[in-house]
Amino acid sequence: MVKRAYSLIVCVAVVAAVSACGGGGGSSDAVTATGPIKIWLSDNALEISWGEALVKQWNKENPKQKVTAQEIPAGESSEAVIQASITAGNAPCLIWNVAPAAVPQFQRAGGLVPLDSFDGGVQYARERTGGLVDQYVSSDGQLYQLPWKSNPVMIIYNKALFEEAGLDPENPSLATYDEFRQTAETLNSELDIAAIWPSADQTFFQAWFDYYPTFIAATGGDQLVQNGKAQFDSETGVEVGEFWRSMYEDGLIPQESAQVDAFAEEQSAMSIVGPWAVAVYKDLDWGVVPVPTPDGTPPDDVYTFSDAKNVSIFSACKNQKTAFDFMKFATSEESDRALLEESGQMPLRTGIEEKYADYFEENPLYAEFAEQSSRTVEVPNVPNSIEMWENFRGAYSTSVIFGRKPVPNAFSTSAKEVEELVKEGG
Amino acid sequence: MRLGAARFVGYFFILPYLIFLALFLAYPLGFAVWMSFYEYFFAAPGAVVERPFIGLENYRNLLEDETFRTTIGNILVFIAVNVPLTVVLALVLGAALNAKLPGQAFFRTSYYLPYVTASVAVVAVWGYLFFGDGLVNRILGGLAPEPSWLVNEFWAMIVISLLVTWKQLGYYVLLYLAALQNVPRQLYEAAEVDGAGTFGKFWNVTVPGLRPVTLLVVILSTIIGANLFTEPYLLTNGGGPVDQTLSPVLYMYQRGIEQADAGYAAAIGVTLSVIVLLVAAVQRFALERG
Repeated sequence: MVKRAYSLIVCVAVVAAVSACGGGGGSSDAVTATGPIKIWLSDNALEISWGEALVKQWNKENPKQKVTAQEIPAGESSEAVIQASITAGNAPCLIWNVAPAAVPQFQRAGGLVPLDSFDGGVQYARERTGGLVDQYVSSDGQLYQLPWKSNPVMIIYNKALFEEAGLDPENPSLATYDEFRQTAETLNSELDIAAIWPSADQTFFQAWFDYYPTFIAATGGDQLVQNGKAQFDSETGVEVGEFWRSMYEDGLIPQESAQVDAFAEEQSAMSIVGPWAVAVYKDLDWGVVPVPTPDGTPPDDVYTFSDAKNVSIFSACKNQKTAFDFMKFATSEESDRALLEESGQMPLRTGIEEKYADYFEENPLYAEFAEQSSRTVEVPNVPNSIEMWENFRGAYSTSVIFGRKPVPNAFSTSAKEVEELVKEGG
Repeated sequence: MRLGAARFVGYFFILPYLIFLALFLAYPLGFAVWMSFYEYFFAAPGAVVERPFIGLENYRNLLEDETFRTTIGNILVFIAVNVPLTVVLALVLGAALNAKLPGQAFFRTSYYLPYVTASVAVVAVWGYLFFGDGLVNRILGGLAPEPSWLVNEFWAMIVISLLVTWKQLGYYVLLYLAALQNVPRQLYEAAEVDGAGTFGKFWNVTVPGLRPVTLLVVILSTIIGANLFTEPYLLTNGGGPVDQTLSPVLYMYQRGIEQADAGYAAAIGVTLSVIVLLVAAVQRFALERG
C-alpha cells in the first residue's frame, strides 16, 4: 500500500522485462504446424458449456490435435488479461472473446496472426459473414479476427411497469426522441423510477450501451470515425447527444451507476441490451423495440451497434494450422446452431433467420434480435481505438451526463483530439 | 573473528534482500525511467515492433495534459483533507486509547479493524452509505446535497478522503500508541507541579513528545494519499464525476494498462514520484524546524 505508485511502475517494468527476455513468438513454420493447442473461452457459463461440448467432439475426431479449453483468467477486463498474456508470451492459440475495439492494440503488440496467413482464411470469413467482414479489416488491409457472434443492441421494456404507468405495453411509443422522452416522463412521474438506466461509468466501453447505438441509428449506420474523420460532432451526432442530455437534465436517468441490475430489480422500466437479456430476464414479461431515432425511422431500417465478440489466432501459438482448423470447425453452420441454442447469441453469419428459422419460431424474443442482427455496425477498426473511446467517453460524461460543458463544444473538442489520435497511430 | 570477516558475513546475510531490492525495485524503477523516454508499449516476445526514442516528449506532453493537471489538483484536495485529519484524529485517539479506560482492548481493536479489512469490502459499505438512495441521504432527507455525494463535483473527493482517513486511522493510532510509551512520565509530573490540567499536559507534553512520529505520520499519509487508486476506481466509477476524483495513479493505470501507452504511463509515474519526494522533503523541513 505504501508504495503503490512504485508497485505499479514495478509491475509494468517487470512485464516489460519478461517480454524483453522472451523467446520468439509466431513464426512462418507455426502457420502450417499441427498438434495440441490451448484455447480460452469467455466466462459466460452458457458459452463454456457450448465450447466444452465442441472440444469433446473435436478431440474424439482429432486425437493428435488435442484441444484444451479453459475459461479466460479473471482480471479487470478480458482485454487487460489478453494484453498481459500477449506480453508474457503465454497467450493461448485461440481466444473466443476478442472485442473488436481491442484488436488494433493486440495487433500493434504483434500478438495476432492474420487470417490472410492461412489458405482460404479470409475467404472463409467472407463466405460465413458476407460484407460485414469489411468492418473488421485492419488498417494494414489484413483480417486479424474472425467475426464470430453479435449482440445487437436494442431497447427492452418491462410490460407490467408500462401497464402500471398507463402506457400501452404491446405498442409502446418509443420510436422518436419526442415519443421516447414522453414515455420516459410518464414512467418517471407515475412510478417514481428511472425510465432507463445506462451506466454512468467513465470506462471507455460504456459508450457502446447508450450513445453509440443511438448514434448509429440516427445516422443510418455511420461509425464513430470514418476515413479518419470523427462523425459525432456532426449536426446529427450532437442531436443524439442532446437527446441523452435532456434525459439526464430532466432526471429521467440517474447520474449514478445502479448498484444492482436496475431492470431486473424493476428500478428502471427499460434497458438497452443485446439478446443475452432473454436468458437473464426470463422471469420478467418484457418486449423489445429498436433504439429510438430523431424522427422515427421504420423499425426495419434501424441500424444499431453489433457488440460483437470475435475469435483471433495468437502469435504465441505453435500449432496455428490446428488453431485455424478448429476455428473453422467451431464456426460451422452446425456449431453456430449449437451456439444459438445454447447461449441465445447471434452467430455473425449471413441469413441466420432462414438457416435457423425453426429456432426463432420457437423463441420469438430471439427472433427480434436476429432480425436486427443484419443491420449492425461495429466500432471503427482504427489505431489507438481504446484511447479514442476513452476520450469520447470523457467528453460525453462531461457534457451529457453532468452538463458541465455544452454538448456541441465538448463533442467538437473531442472530435479534434480523436482525429489526432487516429492519425498518430496510422 | 576479525572485523573484515565479520563484515563479510554481514553482507552475506543481507545479500538475499539486496538481490530482492535490485531485481524488484532498482531494476524496474530504472527501467520505468528508461521507458519514459521512449514511445514504449508492451509487445509479444520476439515481435518486431517500433518503439522509438522520443527524449522528453512524454514529459512535454504531460505538462500540456489537462487531465494530468486535474489529477494533481484532485490529489492536492485529497491530501489537504486527509493528512491534517489523520494527524489530529490519530493523535487524539492515540492519547485517549493510551489512558486506562474500560473496554480499552475493544476500542483499540475497533479502530484497527478497518485497516485490515479488504478495501473492496470497505468501499462497498461506504457505497451503501453515500449513494443517492444510501443511508446518509435518507437521514439527511431534504438536506442531502444535489447531485448526491459521489456524483457531486465538490463532495466526491471529500467523501473519498474521509473514507481513506477512516480506513487508515488504526495504523496511525498504533504508531502514536507505541510512541506514547516513550514520553517520560516525569514530564507529566513536572507539568502537574506547574499546574497544567489535562489539556495543558496534552498540548505541552504529549504533542511535542510525539513530534518525530507526527513527522512520520504526515510523510506516510502524504505518500499513501498520493498513491490513491482503489477508492476512486471502485466508488466513483473510475474517477468520476467529470474526472474530479481521478487520481494520478488511476490515470497512470488507464494510460499504461487500458490504453497500452506504457511510455507515457511511466512518465506519469516518474513525475509523481518526484513531486511526492519534494512534498515530503518540504514537510520534513517544516516540521523539523517547527
